[in-house]
Amino acid sequence: MSSANFTSEQITKMDQIIARYPRSRSAVMPLLHYVQSIFGYVTDEGIEFIGKKLDLATAEVNAVASFYTQYKRKPVGEYHIGICTNTLCAVMGGDAIYSALKDQIGSEHDGVSADGKVSLEHIECNAACDYAPVMMVNWEFYDNQTVESAKEFVEKARTGNPPAPTRGPKKLRTWKENSEVLAGFSDGLANEGISAGKASLLGLSKMKNSGNN
Amino acid sequence: MSKLVSVLTSNWEKSDSFTISGYQRDGGYKALEKALKMKPDEVIQLVKDSGLRGRGGAGFPTGNKWGFIPQGDNKEHYLVVNADESEPGTCKDTPLLMANPHVLIEGIIIASYAIRANHAFIYIRGEIVHVVRRVQQAIEDAYKTKLLGKNILGSGFDLELTLHAGAGAYICGEETALLDSLEGFRGQPRLRPPFPAIAGLYAKPTVVNNVESIASVPAIIDNGVAWFTSMGTEKSKGFTLYSLSGHVKNPGQIEAPLGITLRELLEIAGGIRAGHKLKFWTPGGSSTPIFTDQHLDIPLDYEGVAAAGSMLGTKALQIFDETTCIVRAVLRWTEFYKHESCGKCTPCREGTWWLVQALADLEAGRGSEADLDKLLDLCDNIAGRSFCALADGAAAPIISSLKYFRAEYLQHLQNGGCPFDPVAATLFQGSLT
Ligand SMILES: Cc1cc2nc3c(=O)[nH]c(=O)nc-3n(C[C@H](O)[C@H](O)[C@H](O)COP(=O)(O)O)c2cc1C
Ligand code: SF4
Repeated sequence: MSSANFTSEQITKMDQIIARYPRSRSAVMPLLHYVQSIFGYVTDEGIEFIGKKLDLATAEVNAVASFYTQYKRKPVGEYHIGICTNTLCAVMGGDAIYSALKDQIGSEHDGVSADGKVSLEHIECNAACDYAPVMMVNWEFYDNQTVESAKEFVEKARTGNPPAPTRGPKKLRTWKENSEVLAGFSDGLANEGISAGKASLLGLSKMKNSGNN
Repeated sequence: MSKLVSVLTSNWEKSDSFTISGYQRDGGYKALEKALKMKPDEVIQLVKDSGLRGRGGAGFPTGNKWGFIPQGDNKEHYLVVNADESEPGTCKDTPLLMANPHVLIEGIIIASYAIRANHAFIYIRGEIVHVVRRVQQAIEDAYKTKLLGKNILGSGFDLELTLHAGAGAYICGEETALLDSLEGFRGQPRLRPPFPAIAGLYAKPTVVNNVESIASVPAIIDNGVAWFTSMGTEKSKGFTLYSLSGHVKNPGQIEAPLGITLRELLEIAGGIRAGHKLKFWTPGGSSTPIFTDQHLDIPLDYEGVAAAGSMLGTKALQIFDETTCIVRAVLRWTEFYKHESCGKCTPCREGTWWLVQALADLEAGRGSEADLDKLLDLCDNIAGRSFCALADGAAAPIISSLKYFRAEYLQHLQNGGCPFDPVAATLFQGSLT
């Protein structure tokens, strides 16, 4: 495996990732996110190249990659959907949403729609329980979902017009683009979107309304 | 609502609360100026005197943890902020980082100065890209305004801050697994001792603190110990974020002094959803033993919750009404622990697998009453006999639910299956039927 499969710009970015850490091995996770941003998933050549860069055996990089659920070993859709089916979201409607989307997309866990546009998995608690039931797409928040709203998302995403996240950028970015943010490269969209959703402001707005400050 | 406070949440309503200009306009980074004029040991002492306790679950006194870092040892020291927030029900650090990332960065600079660390890390869960963006931007802006980097505010103190995104593993919230993950290994807990204060990141003295713990520090420096200790209860000082979710009219975040009760919090949230009543709830996430409607007046501080047989944990109050099947709820949590068990030790790796089998049978109405005791027996062989607290968390919902709802487990056996209609528990029950 040579570096010929990576552009010099990509290799520069990998070197920038490594330079963030006192010890190079710490770069393995952001490098795996970065490989996902290039290929959409963690490829064998990506693993081998990370091993070379960090002076690790392929098996060592593989061991890390296989430990974490966000690293995919096969392609996902351009819009990767996660439905929270941990207890709270499941009870509030997550189970119903997940089964409806499974029928609609015609895929099983981690499966991809035939057109390659959308893929589906069920996910664990995503730290937004006050917005249940929660759907994540490319790891952006879609709060307070219903079966209808989730199905509508899938339909629109298939025609290339996915609705925007509820707490996120104005326009949904692709799986690969968001993977690059996770690798530590800014896309300049931090200032888009709201500061806080309604639920986040529950106590604060109650306090202001009762004039107690 | 005389009980409520707004410190961490004070600016969340403003559309630019997450920007450096918005934060500075509202008094941000003033506490840092003050702290950098103090001696590092004075900062540690002040945080000790405030009584601030860790908000990541265990409630360990923050100032004491900082004081454990050996000084004058000629080693690098590290501060690692735990922003992995993955305990089911827990959803406070995420809105905090989205609305106010600079309060964390200000706290990080102060804490690093106090423990004499020149490199700090934020280990943030990788499943929320917009929060990663906000923190990324905040760090970038702090560097641009010389609040990070060399000679911060002319104090001679240098600090590098690195943001590290996780990749989906609950166990990486456990502080030693987090350190292994940050070093580039599989996230598996380490044997303690040595504790991170002696041999943490890269085997160097390290403080690991939760986001909310560190974000509480600037206000304490700003307003003083007397202000902080005027809130809360005897051993649980100050204010905190309580997160209400589930079958309540208005779920959300409520910032209040420690010791508020669920009854008071429910009043703020508009009560249980119309026409229903409280059945069970978690005081601090799924790893804390459940409570019922008997526990509405327990003071939600570290001691009050412990005295009633549970833990304050992350103050993640997941509320379920009478439409929710306890067996379904507990089985789903158990499946989570099985999935997230890192596999390092046998009682947890194998035990959570057995627990899921046993509960799935019970949910389907298969088995006999003796299986309930077998379930408890399994829990007894897992909790306290495993390598880390994930396994204790796995046993908590089972043991506590059998304590309060044994009859409902038996009902599944008598009924030959689950007697509940899952549709009735959903938020959109009307539109599904
Ligand atoms: C399985 C498990 C998961 C944990 N997850 C988190 C987490 O997501 N965030 C957090 O701050 N602490 C978490 N903790 C607690 C940490 O180990 C540690 O106690 C905490 O980060 C210390 O910070 P504090 O003293 O400021 O609370 C977890 C512990 C266990 C056993
Ligand atoms: S108790 Fe579970 S999560 Fe913790 S070390 Fe053992 S196997 Fe891993």
